[in-house]
Amino acid sequence: MKTSSAVKKTRSTSSSRSGKQRSGAHWIKLDAQGVYYKDLNRQIRSLALQGDRRFEIHNVFGQRYLGTNLWGIEGRDRIVIRVYGTPGSDMGAFMDGPRIEVFGNAQDATGNTMNCGQIAIHGSAGDVLGYGMRGGEIYVRDNVGYRVGIHMKEYRDKIPTVVIGGTMQDFFGEYMAGGRIIVLNKFFADNPPVRRSYFIGTGMHGGNIYVRGDVDLHQIGAEVGIASPTDAEWKIIEKYVHNFCKVFGLEENKAKLLKRHKFTRLYAKSSRPYGRLYAY
Amino acid sequence: MLTSLLPEFTVDRSEDRCIQCRVCERQCSFDVFGYDGENNVMVHREENCVACQRCSVLCPTNALVIRENQYTYRPNANWTREYIQDLKKQAETGGVLLTGMGCDKPHKIYWDHILINASQVTNPSIDPLREPMELRTHLGRKPDQLEMVDGKLVLPDYPNVEISTPIMFGAMSYGAISYNSFRCLARAAFEYGTMFNTGEGGWPMELRKYGKSTIVQCASGRFGLDLEYFNDAAVVEIKIGQGAKPGIGGHLPGEKVSEHISQTRMIPEGSDAISPAPHHDIYSIEDLHMLIHAIKEAVDYQKPVSVKISAVHNAPAIASGMVRAGADIIVLDGLRGGTGAAPKILRDNVGIPIELALAAVDTRLRNEGIRNWASLVVSGGIRNSADIFKAIALGADAVYIGTPALMALGCTVCQKCYTGKCAWGITTQDPYLTKRVNPEIGTQNLKNLLRAWSLEIKELLGCGGINSIESLRGNRLQLRGIGLESWELEALGIRGAGQ
Repeated sequence: MKTSSAVKKTRSTSSSRSGKQRSGAHWIKLDAQGVYYKDLNRQIRSLALQGDRRFEIHNVFGQRYLGTNLWGIEGRDRIVIRVYGTPGSDMGAFMDGPRIEVFGNAQDATGNTMNCGQIAIHGSAGDVLGYGMRGGEIYVRDNVGYRVGIHMKEYRDKIPTVVIGGTMQDFFGEYMAGGRIIVLNKFFADNPPVRRSYFIGTGMHGGNIYVRGDVDLHQIGAEVGIASPTDAEWKIIEKYVHNFCKVFGLEENKAKLLKRHKFTRLYAKSSRPYGRLYAY
Repeated sequence: MLTSLLPEFTVDRSEDRCIQCRVCERQCSFDVFGYDGENNVMVHREENCVACQRCSVLCPTNALVIRENQYTYRPNANWTREYIQDLKKQAETGGVLLTGMGCDKPHKIYWDHILINASQVTNPSIDPLREPMELRTHLGRKPDQLEMVDGKLVLPDYPNVEISTPIMFGAMSYGAISYNSFRCLARAAFEYGTMFNTGEGGWPMELRKYGKSTIVQCASGRFGLDLEYFNDAAVVEIKIGQGAKPGIGGHLPGEKVSEHISQTRMIPEGSDAISPAPHHDIYSIEDLHMLIHAIKEAVDYQKPVSVKISAVHNAPAIASGMVRAGADIIVLDGLRGGTGAAPKILRDNVGIPIELALAAVDTRLRNEGIRNWASLVVSGGIRNSADIFKAIALGADAVYIGTPALMALGCTVCQKCYTGKCAWGITTQDPYLTKRVNPEIGTQNLKNLLRAWSLEIKELLGCGGINSIESLRGNRLQLRGIGLESWELEALGIRGAGQ
């Protein structure tokens, strides 16, 4: 990708008050056509430092690390980035507060080790989504790739949540230590045949995976148990499926998606899966 | 449980000297001693003894001698006592043998086969007590060439960190070591002007004030890691591998995840802290490039990013890839690198000695013309200042020390770190034991060690007629091999003594 010196920028209203701290209420429009990711992210950072909070980035074409370089910005949890096109890998890596909405598909490692904030993808996402994620929410309207949700973890009130509208692939939720993932398999009408993904939750020692549809024993790791969601968990599922439908404008599907008896809960049988591996 | 294992060590107590004060009983965390009140004598459970020497050092009358048990199976060069005992232990438990510290096998120690040069007549030696001697080291990418504009030097945009001596404390996590030990390392590094490495167990908030002397780690478990953690530190290190256990992850058992450790690692109390074997977002050099730059974005390109691997057969090619992927510092951890807990079979058999890996990597990067793109830090088997001197002459920029730092805090290399019972209070979380490391004395001892070794390095530099560590870096003519075969001399890139 060639380096471009400047990012084309237009303000959606004409009332730019340069020099003063801006209120952030405007939508800042950026054109990412041919712009190197470092320059694009720096541009967003410098505008955010000046007080801008809402960004619309057009012609995004593989630029990585959107939403990462925003440390130290007061009120970064109010930052909203709308991405039109296809963002590059590691979107929202280590992200701590902002909200990213992608009108398109995302690549690999979305929300890598994310701490706080929200990502919504109006399309599919690639591999390794939510790796090591500790907080925040990720909504994917369609499908995700391999190795999604590996080593998600939680701590106190930080419970990361991933909602996937479509299907998952292999190695899903491996080493999962906390958090929750909801897989809706929504493209399959009433009796969703779960995509035959394997090695689900291998090494899992915390957290929960809720799948709309059946999961067979041979698809899951030895450390994973199969059950139905409890009442308390069902409330959580309802809440996040509701959010999912709202984010993507799929409200008419909500009733269809929320049939409790269709849901399978995958959980860690032990928080100490390797406790008996060693000779002392 | 009935065991067929013989005790490894024997406790010799001089009954004449023993005053039944029971210090040994209180000090021993491995439950070796007991008191028989009826007969007013101390009793021993020798099978528990690990020879950490805590009891003998603290015995007020020097009544105790811990020695290797002299029992013998029928002598057998193949079936040594160690292998027989290990096998029996596994037959009784069915488990993977754990151990702590670095490999203790008699693999060739190349430091001991390398000799250092001195100036005589033609190039005067320098007295470091009288003349300035520069040990300051800068870690990070260096420019390909110097640029002058209008007579002024144009400084490149690469973030570098400065350390006052080329010795840093290697990665030891809070969890693997006690809070007091961790705190001593942080403070000593800060006060001496060098760096310590947090390991992957997070970084307690109250120690963030030592940020300019802190290297934080991003390992596969991603514990306690957020943007604040990166931005509070001076360097961020991606840990791929560790010399003691190349290619595998780590398990901090749930019983060690206390409240404070749970806060620091940001995981629930009592749950296992499992680091997967690989980073699951790094399956290739291209993926490594991606994570390195994710971290650079996270710190707005203000801090060097380091990548640590264990020294393995193909290290030079991997190192080249790491440098090309954007690492500003690369770390090689050798076969003898330490650990808080590792499977013994890996520790003793996997990886290569750091001396050979270092020479090979430095040569490779030089040949490719990219040596200046990254600093090279080595660790795993550094025992004294001469080892450091030799490492730098072989091409290293700086070294990490782990085991020597713990020894300065009291460690006697009993290799029982993984039990969490360290009687010296270093690799334990038991509050009764951890207070044995006094933060003031520990910090002072670490600073003493840094000072002593730095003085010795200056002496070694001076005797070779060199007044700056920069002039020693990669200066292999300062070294000669002894007792090495030609392939070893070639691998090290040095001549033999007398050549």
